[in-house]
Amino acid sequence: MTMAAGPARGLRRAILGSTGLWLVAFTLTPFLIVLAISLTGPRLGTPPFTPLFDWGEGFWPRFNGTLGNYVTVASDPLYVAAFVSSVRIAATSALITLLIAYPMAYAIARARESVRLPLLMLVILPFWTSFLIRTYAWTGLLNSNGLINTLLIKLGLISQPLTLLHTEFAVHLGIVYSYLPFMVLPIYAVLERLDWTLLEAAQDLGARPFAAFRRVTLPLSLPGVVAGWLLVFIPALGEFIIPDLLGGSDTLMLGHVLWTEFFSNHDWPLASALAVVLLVMVLVPSVLAYRVLRRAEVTS
Amino acid sequence: MTAADRPGNDAPPAIRIEGVTKSFGGVPAVDGVSLDIARGEFFCLVGASGSGKTTLLRLIAGFEAPDRGRILIDGEDMMGKPPYARPVNMMFQSYALFPHLSVADNVAFGLEEERRPRAEIRDRVAAALDLFDMGGFAARKPHQLSGGQRQRVALARALVKKPKILLLDEPLAALDKKLRERAQLELVALRERVGITFVMVTHDQEEAMSMATRIALMRDGALCQVGAPRDLYDRPQSRFAADFFGAANLFEGRLTASATGARVECREAQATLAVSGGDHQGGDVSVMVRPEQIAVSRENPGQANVLAGPLANIVFLGNSYVCHVALESGKAVQARLSPVDMARLGPLAAGDRVYLSWPPAAARVLTS
Repeated sequence: MTMAAGPARGLRRAILGSTGLWLVAFTLTPFLIVLAISLTGPRLGTPPFTPLFDWGEGFWPRFNGTLGNYVTVASDPLYVAAFVSSVRIAATSALITLLIAYPMAYAIARARESVRLPLLMLVILPFWTSFLIRTYAWTGLLNSNGLINTLLIKLGLISQPLTLLHTEFAVHLGIVYSYLPFMVLPIYAVLERLDWTLLEAAQDLGARPFAAFRRVTLPLSLPGVVAGWLLVFIPALGEFIIPDLLGGSDTLMLGHVLWTEFFSNHDWPLASALAVVLLVMVLVPSVLAYRVLRRAEVTS
Repeated sequence: MTAADRPGNDAPPAIRIEGVTKSFGGVPAVDGVSLDIARGEFFCLVGASGSGKTTLLRLIAGFEAPDRGRILIDGEDMMGKPPYARPVNMMFQSYALFPHLSVADNVAFGLEEERRPRAEIRDRVAAALDLFDMGGFAARKPHQLSGGQRQRVALARALVKKPKILLLDEPLAALDKKLRERAQLELVALRERVGITFVMVTHDQEEAMSMATRIALMRDGALCQVGAPRDLYDRPQSRFAADFFGAANLFEGRLTASATGARVECREAQATLAVSGGDHQGGDVSVMVRPEQIAVSRENPGQANVLAGPLANIVFLGNSYVCHVALESGKAVQARLSPVDMARLGPLAAGDRVYLSWPPAAARVLTS
């Protein structure tokens, strides 16, 4: 390091420093607070949890922490079921999103250059309306006397309205609908940069179109698939609004359970423990995905 | 001439192109091309960019379908046959190596698509890599190789399937000059060893002349002239061909035949030029003389075809000198001299009056 780059280095430091400060202030500190609360016990009063440290007679404060909340989370069938069904719903929705988004991204990437941007705009268009309103609008469509049921009955396809709203189906639908652009965009970004002569080379070497896709396009677009998967799976795992508005009483998802513990039962410590476990569950696939992306980046 | 050029071969040509036309958005890229390429040839398609040479190669490979006409490979009509069903393999200008696969997996790709037994694939991949001295790099990824190594992997990948025809799209364009010269020799030697037909696209006329058994010069989607390298250089049929292959002095004039032989009245040179051969029609023609055919002297040599003028400049090229002489009409003529001839002339300076001359047989009459 030399002193010559003084001003530039100062600016660099300021930018990196402010990023670090932001992360410490709004990510690390809140997380540590949640982590601390998760180690306490519930009580009536303000704040609604027991203090983590006791200032007793000795010089050092007494540590009152307990892992009891984590034991509860791990052993209570309700929470275990909530975790399992959250992962299941998030994973299947992300898979359905992928199956719809990949052909869309592929078609846009292979479209004429002049229509690519308009097509991408159409994908992003729903974002111009509030997420809450868009999700709420689905209740009007899925109701037993909503648009879809009315139409199907008028057409004579069904005689009784179908139960669409407040089902797991509706939750999947809501997640796929809301998060589709997050899957389309990263896959498109990868496919758009793909060297299509590689596909010609594959065909020249005897690969039929589908084999060329499977052996060349798909592996090379994997970074986009992983990025899109994370962008859908992670928020879907802790999703609250969609299961709350579209899900039924039997749709158990973590976001909702957490909300109930926090606001209805006022059990802050347990809610915090749930939040910490959720965070760890999100971190594991993220780290794995990061490794996949790193490896893919080295080769391309 | 190679054996393949001789007429009377019973076997069908390796490639027969019959009246092929291909347009993109109404603009013809290849326009009514008919061409036979014999088995075992090293055939070069040359032309400026946009001349249709790459499109013609892609038509043979099957990446494009002709609008009109047809292409036969070994006598078999390729109409409607996709690239993966044709007995040809292509080496791409960018090499198009799969970045996510190792060198060995890249080479094995085509054999795996043929569903060959595992052991056979392993042996043939190893043999193909050894052929190009790449055996030690089997586990590397393409991005870990140098440009020359990538080129050899691309060749190994295209040849491992034992195609009847290898198509090469500017195979040497990505290499630096020194490496390119060596790779040219290697490619020619390779073709002799594997014995299959090579069809190469290049924009570099020197590369084409040094490597090809036959060359097709393309212009605006059509064939301009087809022949052996010497034919195209010594007997170009058009001004375009004369200019494309090497440097050429061109004199516009009017051809008249007389009892003593054909002559061209040339206003540009303010002279009457004698040309050999009697089968010329009268009319407007160009006379082409290669710079190396022109002799330079201080005294008038007193023969046919003598032009005089002051020396404009001398360009030293290492193995030769190029003298630019300005005629009275303003027309510039260049003559190429060897260092020996230059020494014989003695010291020359710009402005010295010199005489240029050439034998009638060295001139070529071009009618188009």
